[in-house]
Amino acid sequence: MGKILEINGPLVKLELPQTLIGEQVRVGRMGLVGEVIGRDGDTALAQLYEDTAGLRPGEAAEGLGWPLSVELGPGLLGAIFDGVQRPLHAVRAHSGDRIARGVSVPALSREARWRFVPEAQAGRTLAGGDVLGTVQETASIRHRILVPPLLRGELLELAPEGDYTVDETIGRVKLADGRIEKLALFHRWPVRTPRPFRERDHAVAPLITGQRILDTFYPLLKGGKAAIPGPFGAGKTMLQQQIARWCNAEIVVYVGCGERGNELTDVLEFMPQLTDPHTGRPLMERTLLVANTSNMPVVAREASVYVGITLAEYFRDQGYDVVMVADSTSRWAEALREVSGRLGQMPVEEGYPAYLGSRLAAFYERAGRVETLAGDHGSVTLIGAVSPPGGDFSEPVTSHTKEIIQTFWALSKELADARHYPAVDWLESFSGYVKSAAKWWTEEVDPQWERARAAALDLLAASEELQRIVNLVGVEALSSEQRWTLESASLLKEGLLQQAATDEIDSFASPQKQFALLAALLEIHRQGLKLVKRGVPARRLIELPLLAQARRWKSQHGSDDIEALKAKIAKIPQAFEPLLEEYVTESEGG
Amino acid sequence: MKHVEFRTAASAQGGLVVMDGVPGVAAGSRVQLRDHAGRLRSGLVIRSADDAVLVEVFEGTDELDLERTWVRFLDEPFRLPLSRDILGRVFNGAGLPRDGRPPIVSADRRDINGEPLNPAARAYPREFIQTGISAIDGMNSLTRGQKLPIFSGSGLPHNRVAAQIVRQARLLGEASAEFVVVFAAFGASHADARFFQESFEESGVLNKVVMFLNLADEPVIERLLTPRAALTAAEYLAFDLDYHVLVVMTDMTAYAEALREVAVLRGDVPARKGYPGYLYSDLAEIYERAGRIKNRRGSITMIPVLSMPSDDITHPIPDLTGYITEGQIVLGRELANQGVYPPVTVLPSLSRLMKDGIGKNFTREDHPHVASQLFASYARALEVRGLAAIIGAEELSDTDRRALDFAEAFERRFIGQGEDEDRSIHETLNLAWDLLSMLPPESLIRVTEEELAKYHRGAA
Repeated sequence: MGKILEINGPLVKLELPQTLIGEQVRVGRMGLVGEVIGRDGDTALAQLYEDTAGLRPGEAAEGLGWPLSVELGPGLLGAIFDGVQRPLHAVRAHSGDRIARGVSVPALSREARWRFVPEAQAGRTLAGGDVLGTVQETASIRHRILVPPLLRGELLELAPEGDYTVDETIGRVKLADGRIEKLALFHRWPVRTPRPFRERDHAVAPLITGQRILDTFYPLLKGGKAAIPGPFGAGKTMLQQQIARWCNAEIVVYVGCGERGNELTDVLEFMPQLTDPHTGRPLMERTLLVANTSNMPVVAREASVYVGITLAEYFRDQGYDVVMVADSTSRWAEALREVSGRLGQMPVEEGYPAYLGSRLAAFYERAGRVETLAGDHGSVTLIGAVSPPGGDFSEPVTSHTKEIIQTFWALSKELADARHYPAVDWLESFSGYVKSAAKWWTEEVDPQWERARAAALDLLAASEELQRIVNLVGVEALSSEQRWTLESASLLKEGLLQQAATDEIDSFASPQKQFALLAALLEIHRQGLKLVKRGVPARRLIELPLLAQARRWKSQHGSDDIEALKAKIAKIPQAFEPLLEEYVTESEGG
Repeated sequence: MKHVEFRTAASAQGGLVVMDGVPGVAAGSRVQLRDHAGRLRSGLVIRSADDAVLVEVFEGTDELDLERTWVRFLDEPFRLPLSRDILGRVFNGAGLPRDGRPPIVSADRRDINGEPLNPAARAYPREFIQTGISAIDGMNSLTRGQKLPIFSGSGLPHNRVAAQIVRQARLLGEASAEFVVVFAAFGASHADARFFQESFEESGVLNKVVMFLNLADEPVIERLLTPRAALTAAEYLAFDLDYHVLVVMTDMTAYAEALREVAVLRGDVPARKGYPGYLYSDLAEIYERAGRIKNRRGSITMIPVLSMPSDDITHPIPDLTGYITEGQIVLGRELANQGVYPPVTVLPSLSRLMKDGIGKNFTREDHPHVASQLFASYARALEVRGLAAIIGAEELSDTDRRALDFAEAFERRFIGQGEDEDRSIHETLNLAWDLLSMLPPESLIRVTEEELAKYHRGAA
């Protein structure tokens, strides 16, 4: 037992010999929890996850003997946890609408009983990560009960099928040294240590989010790393929520790190009403939330992303494709900065500590598609939001992140101001996964995908050039062909890239719909171009009602209505015929 | 310890006093100092160890000596006494009466720092508040429980806009405002404070207003308490007494500057522009106290006013605020110079909660599309205006000229309105259609064809 020597904001100096760095401590009469971040002689420096007001020098402190760990087992899905995995619904039942300090509630309910179906055979030698059995946790997710990663030994006995609480013993393993270890439906894992796997694997399949600007133009693979930087009001949260809603991952871990309370409430209230387009089940069944809102203590904010990624890895180890969305990594970096500032560490850029880059890189490295210890395949896709101060992408967090990730969805204030959503800037974004994604699109959707994508991007880039000229001298200075290019690009932006989250029909677009729409708009461009080349002025083409109609197609045809869309594509040439006749006859006649 | 006074100040400098040999002092507890002349000052323990306790003195350390200063540790955090009687009262920044009336006596005294609301206990704001201001109602709607700041600049009429919102805000279907108002001013001028006071008086709501005033010539450190005291009162009114509370705070920039001043004294490592790294967390502690709670009737809707230093929206204060609040109403100098009131620059303005509080069952079914169309058409019209400035309006196509006329009419008639003009949401939407009807229907692709047929004046 030790005692408090000094309190300075979230940092507390303790007289507590023999503690390990990283060890959890419980401090003071309120029983506040924190972790040791430094030792000096008999004193330990700890940062607390809760507000320290009211603590006094002289109050007791004790080391708990383990680092910050999470409980992994049935009961995680559909739950909302705080930054140190306290279950917020249970905390509310315990201490009311406000989060009282020192509340200690286990992450997984000790009362709930789960139907366990054994799979492993007694007498066999088991290794970490092997499947003991399963629990059907929700209608769509079967929770595989794993042997804790570092355990290895002979399974002496395993409980028969039946209902168990998470902490009941369901099996016993004899270790190599003869000790006997009990197994339960859950185990603990320290959050700052990546969970082991057999080997890293190639990411092969794209993550389908149903958002055209992402899937078609800047794809992300399952197991990939992406960042969404954007100034406030550019629609970062909205885009992340869209991804969490519609992506074809099996599990979604949504970490609200230093963000708004109402956003999490929105997710909590909205998700249960939505259906997963891939399984037809309520989306909440595959989602779990980690929330350290901006008004919750800053040290727990730093921990929250590690809690999230460990939960994600745990489902990956069961063979699932998991997406983790971290909103926002900037708040996490700021929490690092705040603590390092209090420790008096030398700041480098904008007050951030020198280890910012390496911490960020190590964190993103926990994403990936792997072969699990049990020989399955699972993946963690990591999508981090970045909130650059003043929207300046050259600031430290954005620039470090840009070096690490493969897919960069840059949000633009200008697009958002014009209410062009999602405000993903098609010139500044990039994806290093286009080649791999092309293979999938070619096989699953259409062999023309890569070519169509490139054609659309060319058109957008060309229009940007032309727009510059227009801004200087007006549209009259352009040739007919150039004006048609401009018009086609604008058609792409409005009819394809813009996709309203609130549009029930268009909020999610299947890959087939995405491609059909892209092909349709490119077809309009090509048909028009043909006419322009034969002397039809662009002005006349722009007046065609087809152009206004095509802009509405995305909202008229859902992902299950591709045939009607294709029928419209087939009729595109007809819309140009009157003009063709008029001009070609004219020129041939005169 | 409450009744013991210590005279062991070891050093005093820049608002901070270090006390020696006072063991067991709780962090964050309140302190009373009595100087050589017998004047009382108050302070807060910001660092505590057995051998040295660091105290922040709100009134500063001027004219303080070490030998004759007595310090009493009150052994509790800053608390605000609360009862129904706070309505109609005026307090200073630390919650003491400044209206010459007796202090509030109540056994219910709450820590002004509050406790973070459990996200699982929040109820999502969905009820549309009609402010009667078209630029807000039509395009950046406010909902009950939202925090929507006004980003402004020096000399712009943010106070008048805030006062108009307070006067006119109501739920649809309500005859008159059902709100009580908590008004907090920190670092505000006497003139500004008087403006609000008179405005409340004129609209006859003074007995439904609680004011917390820390004016520009009053202690800077007290500014750090003012919004917290005000929000503690607001929480009491909303979640204990079931009121719908509208909190108006001005000016967040003064608050952040006070925070920076104190951070420098404490020796905190600065992040951007000298503001401490915890500015974001600190602002969030304030803003996040807005909202609604499940199974409670009341709500806190927050309208902080913030003047952007040099009109720069990327300055840390508006920047960090924008990351926390649920949108922003941006006032612009250009419109103001053209005599448009309220000079709401709609493109950078935003209400994040709008999508869930408007449309069918809330306002009118066409509202979401109309708002989106107004944004798109006005953004396009501004591009044309930029072009016209270069090549001249004569060179523009007919479509572009119509866009120019639209922009002009939009600014004058839609954004612009009288300070006492209270437009219903139907008036606002009808006006929007009047203006959209200036544009060819085929250019309006954000509204549906049915809506065009129903509302567009030029449609067949």
